[in-house]
Amino acid sequence: MIPTPFEYVAPTTLDEALAALAEHGDEAKVIAGGQSLLPVLRMRLNAPEVVVDLGGIPALRGIRDDGDAIVIGAMTTHHDVHHDPLVHEHAALLAKAEEHLADAQVRHRGTFGGALAHADPAGDLGAPVLALGAEFVVAGPSGSRTVAGSDFFVGLFETAIAEGELLVEVRVPKHTGWGAHYEKFVRVAHQWPIVAVAVAVRTEGGTIAEARVGLTNMGSTPLRAHSVEEALAGRPVTEDAVREAAALAAEGTNPPSDLNGQADYRRHLAGVLTRRAVLAAAGA
Amino acid sequence: MTRIEVTVDGSKVTDDVEPRMLLVQYLRETLGKTGTVVGCDTSNCGACTVHLDGRSVKSCNVLAVQASGHEVTTIEGLAATGGHADGQLHPVQEAFRECHGLQCGFCTPGMIMQAVDLLNENPSPTEEDVRLGMEGNLCRCTGYHNIVKSVLHAAGGAR
Ligand SMILES: Cc1cc2nc3c(=O)[nH]c(=O)nc-3n(C[C@H](O)[C@H](O)[C@H](O)COP(=O)(O)OP(=O)(O)OC[C@H]3O[C@@H](n4cnc5c(N)ncnc54)[C@H](O)[C@@H]3O)c2cc1C
Ligand code: FES
Ligand code: FES
Repeated sequence: MIPTPFEYVAPTTLDEALAALAEHGDEAKVIAGGQSLLPVLRMRLNAPEVVVDLGGIPALRGIRDDGDAIVIGAMTTHHDVHHDPLVHEHAALLAKAEEHLADAQVRHRGTFGGALAHADPAGDLGAPVLALGAEFVVAGPSGSRTVAGSDFFVGLFETAIAEGELLVEVRVPKHTGWGAHYEKFVRVAHQWPIVAVAVAVRTEGGTIAEARVGLTNMGSTPLRAHSVEEALAGRPVTEDAVREAAALAAEGTNPPSDLNGQADYRRHLAGVLTRRAVLAAAGA
Repeated sequence: MTRIEVTVDGSKVTDDVEPRMLLVQYLRETLGKTGTVVGCDTSNCGACTVHLDGRSVKSCNVLAVQASGHEVTTIEGLAATGGHADGQLHPVQEAFRECHGLQCGFCTPGMIMQAVDLLNENPSPTEEDVRLGMEGNLCRCTGYHNIVKSVLHAAGGAR
Protein backbone atom coordinates (compact mmCIF):
# COMPACT_ATOMS: atom_id res chain seq x y z
CA MET A 1 0.00 0.00 0.00
CA ILE A 2 1.00 3.61 -0.42
CA PRO A 3 0.23 6.59 1.84
CA THR A 4 -2.85 8.78 1.39
CA PRO A 5 -2.10 12.03 -0.50
CA PHE A 6 -0.33 14.82 1.36
CA GLU A 7 1.36 18.12 0.69
CA TYR A 8 5.17 18.02 0.96
CA VAL A 9 7.22 20.80 2.56
CA ALA A 10 11.03 20.73 2.49
CA PRO A 11 12.49 23.46 4.72
CA THR A 12 16.23 24.13 4.72
CA THR A 13 16.48 25.79 8.14
CA LEU A 14 15.09 25.03 11.60
CA ASP A 15 13.12 28.31 11.57
CA GLU A 16 11.43 27.41 8.28
CA ALA A 17 10.54 24.00 9.68
CA LEU A 18 9.03 25.52 12.83
CA ALA A 19 7.11 28.05 10.71
CA ALA A 20 5.65 25.21 8.61
CA LEU A 21 4.55 23.39 11.76
CA ALA A 22 3.03 26.58 13.17
CA GLU A 23 1.11 27.15 9.94
CA HIS A 24 -0.32 23.63 9.61
CA GLY A 25 -0.85 22.68 13.27
CA ASP A 26 -2.05 19.14 13.91
CA GLU A 27 -2.52 18.50 10.18
CA ALA A 28 1.26 18.34 9.79
CA LYS A 29 3.62 15.47 10.50
CA VAL A 30 7.40 15.66 10.60
CA ILE A 31 9.46 13.15 8.62
CA ALA A 32 13.08 12.45 9.59
CA GLY A 33 14.49 9.19 8.18
CA GLY A 34 10.97 7.89 7.61
CA GLN A 35 11.87 4.41 8.82
CA SER A 36 9.06 4.35 11.39
CA LEU A 37 6.77 6.95 9.84
CA LEU A 38 6.55 5.57 6.30
CA PRO A 39 5.42 2.09 7.40
CA VAL A 40 2.73 3.82 9.48
CA LEU A 41 1.61 6.00 6.55
CA ARG A 42 1.67 3.06 4.14
CA MET A 43 -0.55 1.03 6.46
CA ARG A 44 -2.72 4.18 6.70
CA LEU A 45 -2.61 4.18 10.48
CA ASN A 46 -2.01 7.91 10.12
CA ALA A 47 -2.98 10.28 7.29
CA PRO A 48 -1.40 13.73 7.70
CA GLU A 49 -2.39 16.55 5.31
CA VAL A 50 1.15 17.92 5.26
CA VAL A 51 4.52 16.22 5.66
CA VAL A 52 7.45 18.41 6.73
CA ASP A 53 10.80 16.85 5.75
CA LEU A 54 13.77 17.61 8.05
CA GLY A 55 16.19 15.95 5.61
CA GLY A 56 17.30 19.22 4.00
CA ILE A 57 18.37 20.95 7.22
CA PRO A 58 22.15 20.44 7.57
CA ALA A 59 22.28 22.08 11.03
CA LEU A 60 20.35 19.15 12.54
CA ARG A 61 22.99 16.62 11.48
CA GLY A 62 26.30 15.77 13.13
CA ILE A 63 27.99 15.15 16.47
CA ARG A 64 30.11 17.68 18.37
CA ASP A 65 32.24 17.86 21.49
CA ASP A 66 30.87 20.34 24.03
CA GLY A 67 33.08 20.18 27.11
CA ASP A 68 31.58 17.70 29.54
CA ALA A 69 29.07 16.36 27.01
CA ILE A 70 28.82 15.25 23.40
CA VAL A 71 25.91 16.68 21.43
CA ILE A 72 24.15 14.56 18.82
CA GLY A 73 22.02 16.35 16.19
CA ALA A 74 18.54 14.86 15.84
CA MET A 75 19.02 14.07 12.14
CA THR A 76 22.28 12.14 12.59
CA THR A 77 21.70 8.66 11.18
CA HIS A 78 22.01 5.48 13.24
CA HIS A 79 24.92 4.49 10.99
CA ASP A 80 26.79 7.72 11.70
CA VAL A 81 26.23 7.50 15.47
CA HIS A 82 27.41 3.88 15.41
CA HIS A 83 30.70 4.79 13.69
CA ASP A 84 31.46 8.15 15.33
CA PRO A 85 34.81 8.41 17.20
CA LEU A 86 33.40 10.84 19.83
CA VAL A 87 30.60 8.38 20.59
CA HIS A 88 33.05 5.50 20.93
CA GLU A 89 35.28 7.48 23.28
CA HIS A 90 32.68 9.17 25.49
CA ALA A 91 29.39 7.28 25.15
CA ALA A 92 30.32 3.77 24.01
CA LEU A 93 26.96 2.47 25.24
CA LEU A 94 25.21 4.29 22.36
CA ALA A 95 27.46 2.64 19.77
CA LYS A 96 26.70 -0.77 21.32
CA ALA A 97 22.94 -0.14 21.10
CA GLU A 98 23.15 1.17 17.52
CA GLU A 99 25.16 -1.85 16.39
CA HIS A 100 22.17 -4.20 16.58
CA LEU A 101 19.37 -1.71 15.95
CA ALA A 102 17.32 -2.82 12.91
CA ASP A 103 19.46 -3.63 9.85
CA ALA A 104 22.09 -1.88 7.73
CA GLN A 105 19.60 -0.33 5.29
CA VAL A 106 17.40 1.06 8.10
CA ARG A 107 20.49 2.38 9.94
CA HIS A 108 21.55 4.30 6.83
CA ARG A 109 18.24 6.24 6.77
CA GLY A 110 16.81 6.18 10.29
CA THR A 111 17.91 8.92 12.66
CA PHE A 112 18.90 9.15 16.32
CA GLY A 113 16.34 11.90 16.96
CA GLY A 114 13.59 10.18 14.99
CA ALA A 115 13.93 6.99 17.00
CA LEU A 116 13.78 8.89 20.31
CA ALA A 117 10.86 11.10 19.20
CA HIS A 118 9.00 7.97 18.05
CA ALA A 119 9.31 6.63 21.63
CA ASP A 120 8.53 3.00 20.85
CA PRO A 121 8.79 1.20 24.22
CA ALA A 122 10.72 -1.53 22.38
CA GLY A 123 13.03 1.03 20.71
CA ASP A 124 16.70 0.41 21.37
CA LEU A 125 17.89 3.96 22.10
CA GLY A 126 15.70 5.09 24.99
CA ALA A 127 17.27 2.91 27.70
CA PRO A 128 20.91 3.78 26.88
CA VAL A 129 20.13 7.49 26.53
CA LEU A 130 18.30 7.44 29.87
CA ALA A 131 21.08 5.45 31.55
CA LEU A 132 23.67 8.03 30.45
CA GLY A 133 21.60 10.91 31.89
CA ALA A 134 21.10 12.64 28.54
CA GLU A 135 19.15 15.89 28.08
CA PHE A 136 16.93 16.75 25.13
CA VAL A 137 16.98 20.14 23.40
CA VAL A 138 13.54 20.89 21.97
CA ALA A 139 12.75 23.98 19.85
CA GLY A 140 9.37 25.63 19.41
CA PRO A 141 7.88 28.90 18.17
CA SER A 142 9.03 30.73 21.32
CA GLY A 143 12.60 29.45 21.45
CA SER A 144 14.21 26.30 22.77
CA ARG A 145 14.09 24.45 26.08
CA THR A 146 16.00 21.59 27.64
CA VAL A 147 14.15 18.52 28.89
CA ALA A 148 15.73 16.07 31.35
CA GLY A 149 15.87 12.45 30.24
CA SER A 150 13.55 11.39 33.05
CA ASP A 151 10.88 13.87 31.83
CA PHE A 152 11.24 13.19 28.09
CA PHE A 153 9.50 9.82 27.87
CA VAL A 154 5.89 10.32 28.89
CA GLY A 155 4.15 7.12 27.78
CA LEU A 156 3.56 4.70 24.94
CA PHE A 157 4.82 6.50 21.79
CA GLU A 158 4.55 9.75 23.73
CA THR A 159 7.26 12.28 24.63
CA ALA A 160 7.52 15.78 26.10
CA ILE A 161 7.77 17.22 22.55
CA ALA A 162 4.62 19.36 22.21
CA GLU A 163 2.69 20.16 19.03
CA GLY A 164 4.66 22.67 16.96
CA GLU A 165 7.95 21.65 18.57
CA LEU A 166 10.94 19.74 17.20
CA LEU A 167 13.68 17.71 18.82
CA VAL A 168 16.89 19.49 17.82
CA GLU A 169 19.70 17.65 19.60
CA VAL A 170 20.54 15.38 22.50
CA ARG A 171 23.27 16.23 25.03
CA VAL A 172 24.95 13.13 26.39
CA PRO A 173 27.25 13.62 29.43
CA LYS A 174 30.67 12.11 28.79
CA HIS A 175 31.30 8.69 30.30
CA THR A 176 34.89 8.48 29.15
CA GLY A 177 36.59 5.24 30.12
CA TRP A 178 33.38 3.56 31.29
CA GLY A 179 32.75 -0.01 30.17
CA ALA A 180 29.49 -0.50 28.27
CA HIS A 181 27.25 -3.24 26.98
CA TYR A 182 23.79 -3.53 25.41
CA GLU A 183 22.27 -6.98 25.85
CA LYS A 184 19.35 -7.41 23.45
CA PHE A 185 17.10 -10.47 23.44
CA VAL A 186 15.34 -11.15 20.13
CA ARG A 187 13.67 -14.11 18.50
CA VAL A 188 14.38 -13.16 14.88
CA ALA A 189 17.02 -11.03 13.14
CA HIS A 190 16.78 -7.24 12.68
CA GLN A 191 13.86 -6.73 15.04
CA TRP A 192 12.92 -4.90 18.19
CA PRO A 193 13.96 -6.53 21.47
CA ILE A 194 11.61 -8.61 23.61
CA VAL A 195 13.65 -7.15 26.48
CA ALA A 196 17.03 -5.42 26.39
CA VAL A 197 19.34 -4.03 29.07
CA ALA A 198 21.79 -1.14 28.67
CA VAL A 199 24.68 -0.92 31.11
CA ALA A 200 27.60 1.45 31.65
CA VAL A 201 30.02 0.85 34.52
CA ARG A 202 33.08 2.58 35.91
CA THR A 203 35.38 0.07 37.53
CA GLU A 204 38.32 0.65 39.90
CA GLY A 205 40.53 -2.39 40.10
CA GLY A 206 38.12 -5.29 40.43
CA THR A 207 35.36 -3.18 41.97
CA ILE A 208 32.35 -1.46 40.42
CA ALA A 209 32.61 2.19 41.46
CA GLU A 210 29.49 3.38 39.63
CA ALA A 211 26.88 1.77 37.40
CA ARG A 212 24.09 3.02 35.11
CA VAL A 213 21.39 0.58 34.04
CA GLY A 214 18.54 1.15 31.56
CA LEU A 215 15.75 -1.26 30.61
CA THR A 216 14.04 -1.59 27.20
CA ASN A 217 10.47 -2.90 26.83
CA MET A 218 9.84 -3.35 30.56
CA GLY A 219 7.02 -0.79 30.62
CA SER A 220 5.38 1.86 28.44
CA THR A 221 8.62 3.92 28.52
CA PRO A 222 12.30 3.05 28.85
CA LEU A 223 13.25 2.75 32.52
CA ARG A 224 16.26 3.32 34.75
CA ALA A 225 16.97 0.43 37.18
CA HIS A 226 18.07 2.57 40.13
CA SER A 227 17.99 -0.25 42.68
CA VAL A 228 20.39 -2.33 40.59
CA GLU A 229 22.69 0.68 40.21
CA GLU A 230 22.77 1.22 43.98
CA ALA A 231 23.28 -2.47 44.71
CA LEU A 232 26.22 -2.64 42.30
CA ALA A 233 28.14 0.36 43.67
CA GLY A 234 31.17 -0.79 45.65
CA ARG A 235 30.66 -4.49 44.84
CA PRO A 236 33.36 -6.68 43.31
CA VAL A 237 33.06 -7.71 39.65
CA THR A 238 32.17 -11.32 40.42
CA GLU A 239 29.42 -13.52 39.04
CA ASP A 240 27.80 -13.87 42.49
CA ALA A 241 27.82 -10.19 43.44
CA VAL A 242 26.49 -9.16 40.05
CA ARG A 243 23.81 -11.88 40.06
CA GLU A 244 22.53 -10.64 43.43
CA ALA A 245 22.26 -7.03 42.24
CA ALA A 246 20.78 -8.00 38.87
CA ALA A 247 17.97 -9.89 40.60
CA LEU A 248 16.50 -6.46 41.47
CA ALA A 249 16.16 -5.44 37.80
CA ALA A 250 12.42 -6.04 37.46
CA GLU A 251 11.58 -4.11 40.64
CA GLY A 252 8.95 -1.45 39.95
CA THR A 253 8.55 -2.37 36.27
CA ASN A 254 5.31 -3.05 34.43
CA PRO A 255 6.26 -5.10 31.36
CA PRO A 256 3.73 -5.93 28.63
CA SER A 257 2.35 -9.38 27.80
CA ASP A 258 2.21 -10.09 24.08
CA LEU A 259 2.91 -12.73 21.42
CA ASN A 260 6.62 -12.67 22.28
CA GLY A 261 6.22 -13.30 25.99
CA GLN A 262 4.22 -12.82 29.16
CA ALA A 263 5.06 -10.14 31.72
CA ASP A 264 6.56 -12.62 34.20
CA TYR A 265 8.79 -14.04 31.46
CA ARG A 266 10.00 -10.51 30.74
CA ARG A 267 10.70 -9.94 34.46
CA HIS A 268 12.80 -13.09 34.46
CA LEU A 269 14.63 -11.95 31.31
CA ALA A 270 15.38 -8.56 32.86
CA GLY A 271 17.37 -10.20 35.67
CA VAL A 272 19.26 -12.58 33.39
CA LEU A 273 20.08 -9.92 30.78
CA THR A 274 21.13 -7.41 33.45
CA ARG A 275 23.61 -9.91 34.90
CA ARG A 276 25.05 -10.62 31.44
CA ALA A 277 25.21 -6.95 30.51
CA VAL A 278 26.93 -5.87 33.73
CA LEU A 279 29.54 -8.63 33.51
CA ALA A 280 30.22 -7.83 29.85
CA ALA A 281 30.40 -4.07 30.52
CA ALA A 282 32.83 -4.65 33.39
CA GLY A 283 34.98 -6.80 31.10
CA ALA A 284 34.44 -9.96 33.15
CA MET B 1 2.78 17.43 -7.75
CA THR B 2 6.36 18.12 -6.76
CA ARG B 3 9.24 18.48 -9.20
CA ILE B 4 12.16 16.14 -8.49
CA GLU B 5 15.61 15.88 -10.04
CA VAL B 6 17.38 12.61 -9.40
CA THR B 7 20.42 10.93 -10.87
CA VAL B 8 19.44 7.31 -11.49
CA ASP B 9 22.06 4.83 -12.68
CA GLY B 10 24.20 7.69 -13.91
CA SER B 11 21.50 9.62 -15.82
CA LYS B 12 19.86 12.81 -14.60
CA VAL B 13 16.06 12.61 -14.66
CA THR B 14 13.46 15.28 -13.90
CA ASP B 15 9.83 14.46 -13.15
CA ASP B 16 6.72 15.79 -11.48
CA VAL B 17 5.58 13.26 -8.89
CA GLU B 18 2.96 12.96 -6.19
CA PRO B 19 4.73 13.46 -2.84
CA ARG B 20 3.31 10.17 -1.57
CA MET B 21 5.03 8.19 -4.33
CA LEU B 22 7.57 5.71 -2.96
CA LEU B 23 11.04 5.63 -4.49
CA VAL B 24 10.54 2.01 -5.54
CA GLN B 25 7.32 2.94 -7.37
CA TYR B 26 9.10 5.78 -9.13
CA LEU B 27 11.89 3.46 -10.25
CA ARG B 28 9.55 0.73 -11.46
CA GLU B 29 6.49 2.57 -12.72
CA THR B 30 7.84 5.90 -13.94
CA LEU B 31 11.34 4.87 -15.08
CA GLY B 32 10.54 1.26 -15.98
CA LYS B 33 13.45 -0.05 -13.91
CA THR B 34 11.69 -3.23 -12.85
CA GLY B 35 14.95 -4.90 -11.81
CA THR B 36 14.25 -3.48 -8.35
CA VAL B 37 11.39 -5.51 -6.89
CA VAL B 38 8.88 -5.29 -4.04
CA GLY B 39 8.75 -8.33 -1.78
CA CYS B 40 6.79 -7.17 1.25
CA ASP B 41 4.64 -4.33 2.49
CA THR B 42 6.45 -3.86 5.77
CA SER B 43 10.04 -2.78 4.94
CA ASN B 44 11.33 -6.10 6.23
CA CYS B 45 12.47 -8.14 3.22
CA GLY B 46 15.13 -5.95 1.58
CA ALA B 47 14.23 -7.06 -1.97
CA CYS B 48 13.86 -3.38 -2.95
CA THR B 49 17.37 -2.38 -1.78
CA VAL B 50 19.09 0.30 -3.89
CA HIS B 51 21.95 2.70 -3.16
CA LEU B 52 21.14 6.30 -2.25
CA ASP B 53 24.31 8.43 -2.44
CA GLY B 54 26.30 5.21 -2.29
CA ARG B 55 24.62 3.66 0.77
CA SER B 56 22.06 0.84 0.80
CA VAL B 57 18.44 1.76 1.60
CA LYS B 58 15.08 0.03 1.25
CA SER B 59 13.47 1.94 -1.63
CA CYS B 60 9.97 1.01 -0.43
CA ASN B 61 10.70 3.02 2.71
CA VAL B 62 11.91 6.24 1.05
CA LEU B 63 9.71 8.78 -0.75
CA ALA B 64 10.69 9.69 -4.31
CA VAL B 65 10.72 13.36 -3.23
CA GLN B 66 13.30 12.50 -0.55
CA ALA B 67 15.66 11.29 -3.29
CA SER B 68 15.51 14.62 -5.14
CA GLY B 69 18.97 16.12 -5.49
CA HIS B 70 20.57 12.76 -4.74
CA GLU B 71 22.06 9.81 -6.62
CA VAL B 72 20.34 6.44 -6.89
CA THR B 73 21.98 3.26 -8.15
CA THR B 74 19.82 0.21 -8.88
CA ILE B 75 20.74 -3.35 -9.78
CA GLU B 76 20.32 -2.31 -13.42
CA GLY B 77 23.05 0.32 -13.24
CA LEU B 78 25.36 -1.45 -10.80
CA ALA B 79 27.81 -2.86 -13.31
CA ALA B 80 27.94 0.22 -15.53
CA THR B 81 28.27 2.78 -12.73
CA GLY B 82 31.02 0.58 -11.24
CA GLY B 83 33.00 1.12 -14.45
CA HIS B 84 32.39 -2.29 -16.00
CA ALA B 85 32.07 -2.56 -19.77
CA ASP B 86 28.69 -2.90 -21.45
CA GLY B 87 27.28 -6.39 -20.98
CA GLN B 88 29.75 -7.28 -18.24
CA LEU B 89 28.51 -8.26 -14.79
CA HIS B 90 29.61 -6.62 -11.53
CA PRO B 91 31.97 -8.95 -9.57
CA VAL B 92 29.26 -9.54 -6.92
CA GLN B 93 26.75 -10.51 -9.62
CA GLU B 94 29.42 -12.81 -11.06
CA ALA B 95 29.97 -14.37 -7.61
CA PHE B 96 26.23 -15.08 -7.16
CA ARG B 97 26.25 -16.88 -10.51
CA GLU B 98 29.45 -18.75 -9.70
CA CYS B 99 28.31 -19.93 -6.24
CA HIS B 100 24.67 -20.63 -7.12
CA GLY B 101 23.60 -17.84 -4.72
CA LEU B 102 19.99 -17.89 -5.91
CA GLN B 103 17.09 -20.18 -6.67
CA CYS B 104 13.95 -18.27 -7.71
CA GLY B 105 16.01 -15.06 -7.84
CA PHE B 106 13.38 -12.77 -6.35
CA CYS B 107 15.52 -11.65 -3.42
CA THR B 108 18.67 -11.45 -5.55
CA PRO B 109 18.66 -7.79 -6.70
CA GLY B 110 18.34 -6.68 -3.07
CA MET B 111 20.87 -9.25 -1.86
CA ILE B 112 23.43 -8.07 -4.40
CA MET B 113 22.91 -4.37 -3.67
CA GLN B 114 23.27 -5.01 0.08
CA ALA B 115 26.33 -7.22 -0.48
CA VAL B 116 28.01 -4.47 -2.50
CA ASP B 117 27.36 -1.98 0.31
CA LEU B 118 28.70 -4.42 2.90
CA LEU B 119 31.88 -5.06 0.89
CA ASN B 120 32.41 -1.33 0.31
CA GLU B 121 32.47 -0.84 4.07
CA ASN B 122 34.30 -4.06 4.94
CA PRO B 123 36.25 -5.54 2.00
CA SER B 124 37.30 -8.69 3.89
CA PRO B 125 34.36 -9.78 6.07
CA THR B 126 34.17 -12.98 8.11
CA GLU B 127 31.22 -15.32 7.61
CA GLU B 128 29.67 -13.83 10.77
CA ASP B 129 30.11 -10.28 9.39
CA VAL B 130 28.28 -11.32 6.23
CA ARG B 131 25.40 -12.98 8.06
CA LEU B 132 24.95 -9.91 10.31
CA GLY B 133 25.46 -7.42 7.49
CA MET B 134 22.80 -9.11 5.34
CA GLU B 135 20.21 -9.48 8.14
CA GLY B 136 17.85 -6.99 6.51
CA ASN B 137 17.46 -9.21 3.42
CA LEU B 138 15.19 -12.23 3.49
CA CYS B 139 15.29 -15.25 1.16
CA ARG B 140 12.58 -17.89 1.04
CA CYS B 141 14.51 -20.37 -1.11
CA THR B 142 18.20 -20.84 -0.50
CA GLY B 143 18.57 -21.19 3.26
CA TYR B 144 21.21 -18.44 2.89
CA HIS B 145 24.28 -20.71 2.75
CA ASN B 146 25.05 -20.07 -0.90
CA ILE B 147 24.27 -16.39 -0.56
CA VAL B 148 26.86 -16.10 2.21
CA LYS B 149 29.26 -18.16 0.10
CA SER B 150 28.72 -15.81 -2.85
CA VAL B 151 29.51 -12.73 -0.79
CA LEU B 152 32.64 -14.31 0.66
CA HIS B 153 33.64 -15.44 -2.84
CA ALA B 154 33.25 -11.88 -4.12
CA ALA B 155 35.37 -10.67 -1.21
CA GLY B 156 38.23 -12.75 -2.53
CA GLY B 157 37.75 -16.32 -1.42
CA ALA B 158 35.97 -18.22 1.33
CA ARG B 159 37.57 -18.27 4.77
C1 LIG C 1 12.66 -3.28 9.36
C2 LIG C 1 12.83 -2.34 10.52
C3 LIG C 1 13.42 -2.81 11.69
C4 LIG C 1 13.59 -1.96 12.77
N1 LIG C 1 14.19 -2.46 13.89
C5 LIG C 1 14.39 -1.65 14.95
C6 LIG C 1 15.05 -2.13 16.12
O1 LIG C 1 15.48 -3.28 16.19
N2 LIG C 1 15.19 -1.28 17.17
C7 LIG C 1 14.75 0.01 17.10
O2 LIG C 1 14.93 0.74 18.07
N3 LIG C 1 14.15 0.49 16.03
C8 LIG C 1 13.96 -0.30 14.94
N4 LIG C 1 13.35 0.23 13.82
C9 LIG C 1 12.89 1.65 13.80
C10 LIG C 1 14.06 2.59 13.51
O3 LIG C 1 14.82 2.74 14.68
C11 LIG C 1 13.64 3.97 13.03
O4 LIG C 1 14.71 4.51 12.33
C12 LIG C 1 13.36 5.00 14.07
O5 LIG C 1 12.44 4.49 14.98
C13 LIG C 1 12.77 6.25 13.48
O6 LIG C 1 13.74 7.15 13.03
P1 LIG C 1 13.47 7.97 11.70
O7 LIG C 1 14.52 8.99 11.58
O8 LIG C 1 13.32 7.05 10.58
O9 LIG C 1 12.10 8.72 12.07
P2 LIG C 1 10.74 8.87 11.26
O10 LIG C 1 10.18 7.57 10.89
O11 LIG C 1 10.92 9.87 10.18
O12 LIG C 1 9.85 9.55 12.41
C14 LIG C 1 9.40 8.82 13.52
C15 LIG C 1 8.47 9.69 14.37
O13 LIG C 1 9.19 10.70 15.06
C16 LIG C 1 8.78 12.00 14.66
N5 LIG C 1 10.01 12.80 14.54
C17 LIG C 1 11.11 12.45 13.82
N6 LIG C 1 12.08 13.35 14.00
C18 LIG C 1 11.59 14.30 14.83
C19 LIG C 1 12.16 15.50 15.40
N7 LIG C 1 13.43 15.89 15.15
N8 LIG C 1 11.37 16.22 16.24
C20 LIG C 1 10.10 15.82 16.53
N9 LIG C 1 9.53 14.70 16.02
C21 LIG C 1 10.28 13.95 15.18
C22 LIG C 1 8.01 11.81 13.36
O14 LIG C 1 7.01 12.79 13.19
C23 LIG C 1 7.41 10.43 13.55
O15 LIG C 1 6.25 10.51 14.33
C24 LIG C 1 13.16 -0.59 12.70
C25 LIG C 1 12.57 -0.12 11.52
C26 LIG C 1 12.40 -0.97 10.43
C27 LIG C 1 11.76 -0.44 9.19
S1 FES D 1 9.84 -4.45 -0.46
FE1 FES D 1 11.13 -3.05 0.56
S2 FES D 1 11.73 -4.17 2.27
FE2 FES D 1 10.35 -5.55 1.34
S1 FES E 1 16.21 -17.11 -4.24
FE1 FES E 1 14.07 -17.17 -3.98
S2 FES E 1 13.77 -15.70 -2.41
FE2 FES E 1 15.90 -15.89 -2.46
